[in-house]
This record gives sequence, C-alpha cells and structure tokens, in this order.
Amino acid sequence: MDEARPLWATPLQFVFACISYAVGLGNVWRFPYLCQMYGGGSFLVPYIIMLAVEGMPLLYLELAVGQRMRQGSIGAWRTISPYLSGVGVASVVVSFFLSMYYNVINAWAFWYLFHSFQDPLPWSVCPLNGNRTGYDEECEKASSTQYFWYRKTLNISPSIQESGAVQWEPALCLILAWLLVYLCILRGTESTGKVVYFTALLPYCVLMIYLVRGLTLHGATNGLAYMFTPKMEQLANPKAWINAATQIFFSLGLGFGSLIAFASYNEPSNDCQKHTVIVSIINSSTSIFASVVTFSIYGFKATFNYESCLNKVILLLTNSFDLEDGFLTVSNLEEVKSYLASAYPSKYSEVFPQIKNCSLESELETAVQGTGLAFIVYTEAIKNMEVSQLWSVLYFFMLLMLGIGSMLGNTAAILTPLTDSKVISSYLPKEAISGLVCLVNCAIGLVFTMEAGNYWFDIFNDYAATLSLLLIVLVETVAVCYLYGLRRFESDLKAMTGHALNWYWKAMWGGVSPLLIISLFVFYLSDYIITGTLQYQAWDASQGQLVTKDYPPYALAIIGLLVASSTMCIPLGALGTFIVRHLKRGDTASVA
Amino acid sequence: MLWLLFFLVTAIHAELCQPDAENAFKVRLSLRTALGDKAYAWDTNEEYLFKAMVAFSMRRVPNREATEISHVLLCNVTQRVSFWFVVTDPSRNHTLPAVEVQSAIRMNRNRINNAFFLNDQTLEFLRIPSTLAPPTDPSVPIWIIIFGVVFCIVIVATMLLILSGIRQRRRSASLEFLQISGTRESLTSLGASCLTSCLHGAPTSNL
Repeated sequence: MDEARPLWATPLQFVFACISYAVGLGNVWRFPYLCQMYGGGSFLVPYIIMLAVEGMPLLYLELAVGQRMRQGSIGAWRTISPYLSGVGVASVVVSFFLSMYYNVINAWAFWYLFHSFQDPLPWSVCPLNGNRTGYDEECEKASSTQYFWYRKTLNISPSIQESGAVQWEPALCLILAWLLVYLCILRGTESTGKVVYFTALLPYCVLMIYLVRGLTLHGATNGLAYMFTPKMEQLANPKAWINAATQIFFSLGLGFGSLIAFASYNEPSNDCQKHTVIVSIINSSTSIFASVVTFSIYGFKATFNYESCLNKVILLLTNSFDLEDGFLTVSNLEEVKSYLASAYPSKYSEVFPQIKNCSLESELETAVQGTGLAFIVYTEAIKNMEVSQLWSVLYFFMLLMLGIGSMLGNTAAILTPLTDSKVISSYLPKEAISGLVCLVNCAIGLVFTMEAGNYWFDIFNDYAATLSLLLIVLVETVAVCYLYGLRRFESDLKAMTGHALNWYWKAMWGGVSPLLIISLFVFYLSDYIITGTLQYQAWDASQGQLVTKDYPPYALAIIGLLVASSTMCIPLGALGTFIVRHLKRGDTASVA
Repeated sequence: MLWLLFFLVTAIHAELCQPDAENAFKVRLSLRTALGDKAYAWDTNEEYLFKAMVAFSMRRVPNREATEISHVLLCNVTQRVSFWFVVTDPSRNHTLPAVEVQSAIRMNRNRINNAFFLNDQTLEFLRIPSTLAPPTDPSVPIWIIIFGVVFCIVIVATMLLILSGIRQRRRSASLEFLQISGTRESLTSLGASCLTSCLHGAPTSNL
C-alpha cells in the first residue's frame, strides 16, 4: 500500500511557502528599476492591470492543477494528457538551471554578510597601493564599492573568454549556501514547512526596520518624490506594459513547477482560490513596499553624492583662488562663481574645465537593477549611514532569507517529481535524493565562482528561463482549457473544493491570458532577432567601468542550448509518447 | 650703510622665499573645516610655531642638526590660509635641497599635525605626499571565523536531522514488525481458545 502523501501541517504553511517562494530578489531589485524607468507612480497602472488579468489567473491555474493532481509537475501533466509529459520535464529542466545559478546569489549574500562584521566596512575604503602613497589605481577610477564587488568578491576577468581559476572564497560560500538549502529541504514538507515561517516573515521585519530608517535619512524625500511623481506619457509606451506583464509573470514564479509541487501537498479540500488572491496581492504589495525603501535609500545616496560633488567644487575654488576657508558655502556658490569669473577671467577659465556640474537629477537618474543594485548601490548607501555594520548585517540577512525562500521552491520543483517517481524512490530514501540533487547543483555551480563566472551567471539569468517559461505556461493554459477541457476541470475543482468556478477565471484562462502570453512571446522573439548579435557588459579594470562586448560563438551556442534543452522537451515528450503508443498498438495488432 | 645691508638681506630673503621658487613648498591649512567653531586665528605666533616645527624636523636629519628657527622663511601668507616656505642653510644664502626637506617633513608629519590639531587633509604640504596608515590586518581574516562558526552549526544540524530520520525509520520498521507479529500471536491465541471452548462446549463470549 502506498505511503500517504506528506501534507503541510497547516494551510498557513502552504501560504507561507508560496509567499516565501514568490517574494524573492526580483521584488527588491527589479521592480524598483522598472518603476523608475517607466514613469514612477504611473507604472503601477499597467502593473495592477497585468496582475489582475495575467498574474492571478495563471497562479490559480497552477495551484489548482497541483492540488487536483496531487503530484509533481511531471506526473501532473502526464495525468492531464500523456502527450504532455514533456511539459513537466521542461519545467524540471528550467528549475534545474535556475537552482544552479540562483544559489550563487546566496553565496554572495553570505560573503557580504560575513564581511559586515568589520570596522570600517571593507567596501567603504580603498586598499592602499604598493608604496603606500595613495590608493589602488582600479579603486580610484571606479569607487570603493565597485572595487570590492568586482575585484574582491568576483575577481572578475576582462572578458568571458578568460575563465581563470575557481576562486576558493566564493566557492566556500557556495558550498555553505547549498548545505543550508539541503538542511531546509532534508525532510521534505516537514522541514520545509517550519523553515518557511522564517523565510517568509523575517524579510518583512527587516523591510519595516529599513523603511523607518530609510524615511528618516537625509535626502530620502528627494528619492521618493522622484519615484512617485507619475509620468503619464509613459502609459503610452508599449514597453511599459510589456515589462509590467513580464515582471508579474516572473515575479510569481509561474511555470517552474514549484507552485504545482507546493499545491500537491495540500488537502484536496483546500480553498486555493482564496490563497491565490492572498499570495498574489502580498507579492505585489511587497514589490511596492520594497521600492519605497529602495527609493528612500536612492534619495539618500543621491543627495549625499550631490553634496560631496558640491563640496569638491567649493574646495577646488577655495584652493585655486586662495579664498578664506569656510567663506564659500552651498548657498553663495553661484554668486561667488560669477564674481570670480568677472574678477579673474584668465584664472577662472583655467579652473573652469575641472568644475563639475553637480546635479541631483542626474544622480537620481542612474537606474540600476539586479546584482548591481543589491551589491553596489545599496552598499554605497549603507556605508554612509551611522552604525553601518548593523544595517549591513540586517540587509544581507534579508537578501539571504529572500534567496533561500526562493531556493526552497526551486528545489521542491525538482525533488517532488523525483520522489513521486516509484523507480527512484524505491532505491533511495528522500534524504539521499535531496543530497544528490544539491551535490550535483553545487558542483556545476562552481563554474560561477570562476573569474569569468559572473558573465556566465548573466547568461543564465537572462536566457535560461525567459523564453522557455513563456512557452511552458502557454502550453499549460491551452492544455487545461482545451485538451483536458475547461468544463471537466471546472467539475473536478467543484468536486474537490466545493466551490463553483467563477466566470472570471474561465474567461481569463480561455482567452485573455493565453493571448497575452503569445504576444509577450512574439515580442521577445522579435527582440532577440532584431538586435542581432547578443552583447554583454564586461568590467574593464584599467578604466574602472563596464564596457560592452560581443559574445564569442561558443557562448552563443550555449545560450541556444539552454533555451533549446527546455523548450524541446515539450515536442519531444509528445513525440516520444506518440511513438511508444504506436509501437504498443502495433504490438497488440501483431499479437492479435 | 646699515640700511643698505638691511635691504640687501631682506632682498636676498625675498628672493629665496618666493612662490614656485626652487626648493620652496606651499602649505595649505583648512582651520575652519577641521575645527569648526574652535578654529584659532592664524597669526604671527602660529607662524613662529610652524617655523619651529619645520626646524625641529630638519634637526632630526643627519648633518642638519644646526638648523635654527631663523633659517625657515615664510612668505605669501594668504587668507586661505596658505603660504610658501623654504629652509636655508646656516649661511643664509642657499636653500636646502627639496628632497631633504621632503623626507624630514614626511618623517615628522604626525608631530607637526598634532601641534596644530590638524590632520593630513587639513594641513596640506603640496608636493609632499603623506604616508597613508596601513590597514590593520588581523592574522586570521574575520570573515573566515564567522564562516567557520556558521558552517559548523549547519553541518551539526544536518547530521542531527539525518540521524534522527534514520532512527525514526528503524523504529517505525521494528514497530511494524511488532504489530504484524502481535496480530499473528493474537490470532493463534484466539484460534486456540476457540478450539478449547469448542471442545469443552462453553460459550466463548469474547468472540
């Protein structure tokens, strides 16, 4: 007799697991960037519309499928239709790629966390050069935070071709990150269910603390005003809508199979419609909340830099014209400048090229996303706060919680189909399966700790999941609505939960959401084709800034392989089932 | 005659100490930046102290122990506060080479700064680079210590969980075995009692 399927101890654990999975680093480092790029407050309009039209219906679909089929992604889709086993496999492949590179971010968070216990913070001062007369050259050209990220953490090589050796420090942190993930998923839902209480709630505590701190920082209001001033003309920009749709899609983590895995451990009578609404609203609110925090920090940083710039100009003028120390202040700078220009024209024209035009606007406009935001911009703001060690520890601890929470979902997506499969689970206990998956991922993940590792990380981040997920979710929606049958699914849900299916969900599943996904898919494909060759940003140590380079052919081949290996699973799965059935039919025919 | 000599001496002095003269260094002080409200005024007494500090630094150089305060010349004091200075040799005709003055000032920079309550950034000697303080490098980097602690905790917790899982599985396996063997026992005892009761013909109320 089969062992009963492990269940979540309470429905709350399920909700926390979903929140912990969906609320991840993207809420913190992608949404504020999009908000800034596409019109500040007015970006919320396409965002909320897309949430209602695309996010919630697709989330409900995945949770409902998982709860109904009570299996991981491979088994669930095979039950819906045997030709769809490829969809499940594609989900597992994409999850596998994601978990490979995602845990490297946790390794970096660990690295920064461990380095936060020093005074002064290592990224706040430049190291000295050889003969101790000045600072290291690369650090002078860039900034100390950029130097610490590119040189001390990544030890990045100038291009993707020069791989370099595995850096032992990030490698150690990566091993620790995988050990921690293993510890959390060791016992399946029993251990995961307890861990998600922390990974779901602690980031909110830290965000609250940061909100209070951020709003009281000098210059925070500049950032907030800049962000929330709506620029209504951006609503007409199609890119704003496309990015809103994409952000909702990826932020909820659809298509990886994690949501199906989580929902499969639910009681069949669980009200997943209510949970869908709760999870998606909490996810979006967290994005907005995190961007308030981010923008107050931006405002602080921009104001700080603006004032440093002004002080540098004041010092330059004071020194060149031997004015009395303290005479020039921010308030009289302009009039004194015009006075000096008229009184000492020749000398002023000499000094003039060095006088930088300090502008608060241009400081605020530097929009950053991704690892650059988390590890460079935020650390730069933190080093200027008082008691910076405390803020640094809190911040990286929060990043770690967010990252581990998402990793739990990713590994669940891989492990649930494996433990469901009778073949594998009869040979190995689930601790061994989890251990093996973590070991393999860790070993491959060491690639990202090499000197060129960050370039490979960017490849995986940009290409491993994007196109494949759109295709997977499209096939999922079409399959449930038209292959399995919307009426059949509706009656299944009614029998399972006792509630009737609202017409809204039916309309979205049947028409609107698939159309949206198709248009997103078409847009991305055409974007890839139009831009022609793909490029990446490489760090140039001699200049101290990023430069754009072309990918070498083998990197392009690997990108193609990444996308193909997951998308091809769908047709190959269907083909495989078709051939097997055909052979079986042929066998029975020949026997008869 | 005396007046002529006086003018000659001051003329020579003036020539020796001039902005951009050979072996002359410019000094720049930022009193208000460093001390705020407690900034003192820069007057001739402060200049005397400065000359004394430079002379002190030069006296610590071998072969220059005879340097006097009067050998240090200051000129072009501005509002900034900034001025130029040179150090002359005992004959007062030539200035000491810039290299010597530079190395002397570098070695005693800390004492000079402290005499004026300033630091390397607020008391600047242009063209004399300051030696930056080396960062304190602990023998074992701090991050490794914290890493080690967290690593050990995670490993211990993982081991505990795995071991307790194995023990739980063994206990549930032996419990199942006991249950099965217990059922068999009760079945056999039930069968025996049935047999005896049937043979004796007594009602078996517990069936």
